[in-house]
Amino acid sequence: MSLPTPQYRLSAIRAHDVYEPSEDTFLLIDAIEKDIKEIRKRDPKIVLEIGCGSGVVSTFVNQALGGNVTSLATDLNPHALDITLETAKLNDIKIDVVRTDLDSGLENLRGKVDLLLFNPPYVPTEEEPKSNIELTYAGGKTGRSTLDRLLPRIPDILSPSGVFYLVALHSNDIPMLLKQHSDKMQSSISMERRCGIEHLYILKFVKKLNE
Amino acid sequence: MKLLTHNFVSSRFLKDVKGGYPLKLSAQKIETKDVEFNEEFIKNIIPKCDFSALRSACESINEAANLPQTLPENWIENEELLKELHRLLFCIDIIEGELQCPDTARIFPIKQGIPNLLVEDEQK
Repeated sequence: MSLPTPQYRLSAIRAHDVYEPSEDTFLLIDAIEKDIKEIRKRDPKIVLEIGCGSGVVSTFVNQALGGNVTSLATDLNPHALDITLETAKLNDIKIDVVRTDLDSGLENLRGKVDLLLFNPPYVPTEEEPKSNIELTYAGGKTGRSTLDRLLPRIPDILSPSGVFYLVALHSNDIPMLLKQHSDKMQSSISMERRCGIEHLYILKFVKKLNE
Repeated sequence: MKLLTHNFVSSRFLKDVKGGYPLKLSAQKIETKDVEFNEEFIKNIIPKCDFSALRSACESINEAANLPQTLPENWIENEELLKELHRLLFCIDIIEGELQCPDTARIFPIKQGIPNLLVEDEQK
């Protein structure tokens, strides 16, 4: 089984300082493709991607689920949202986007997200990010400065049958991330891949059913 | 921005705002697109929505004519209502307009279909 990679306009992405689909993007897509039967079985209604960049991942998921979902995506960068709408249109699907920080302003979506996706800025960096492009990868000393702001809310955002896929780097401390919310969520390494100096992981968190 | 998205956004992240919901909608440009009606899907989405917030959004853009004041108990069997809810939630796209915080009157613009909830750090 192989699901098609969404079409996207690289020239537009480059011209607007939006994170270009790269190894991490494709690893996340591969992880979702690997689990697609299981995801379909869960019958998700609402998909939320935080930091959608080019929109390729959200588009892929919407297509893989046959359009029977409503896709929402957020980003800080207005160009990323423009490109996400363009990528969705190119692939004949619909994504609704909101310009905001992480899930700020989407408090009423808590407990309703069936599939949550986040490819955060994960690269350990010394200096504060300045440009749009730096913001797409700069993750502070641990590479987790953005992720750490969202992590505490994950179980609240997910619906009772919700699943969360997270892109992380070896240096982000994978064992620590897997232990997050272990009372409320089951975690596993969905995929890992070495890409040059980066050792990338896709972590999967599944909400535990209330006993 | 679809009305479904409007149903989920609030300004509760603003400093000193406790409610911040629903955001008052005003629209200068609206597009309507046909989206295939999927009865099972709309039945699953309605319980995730706030009906009175949807109704107030519909009123503000003059689309509430076929919407009851409250969600009737037997809504799940009412195909006509399900079709209308589908149209309102998924087919209407707010292209240009504004969202306004009901508590502080702060305006969040909607441009080219994208609502902007970003505020400067000091106002959070």
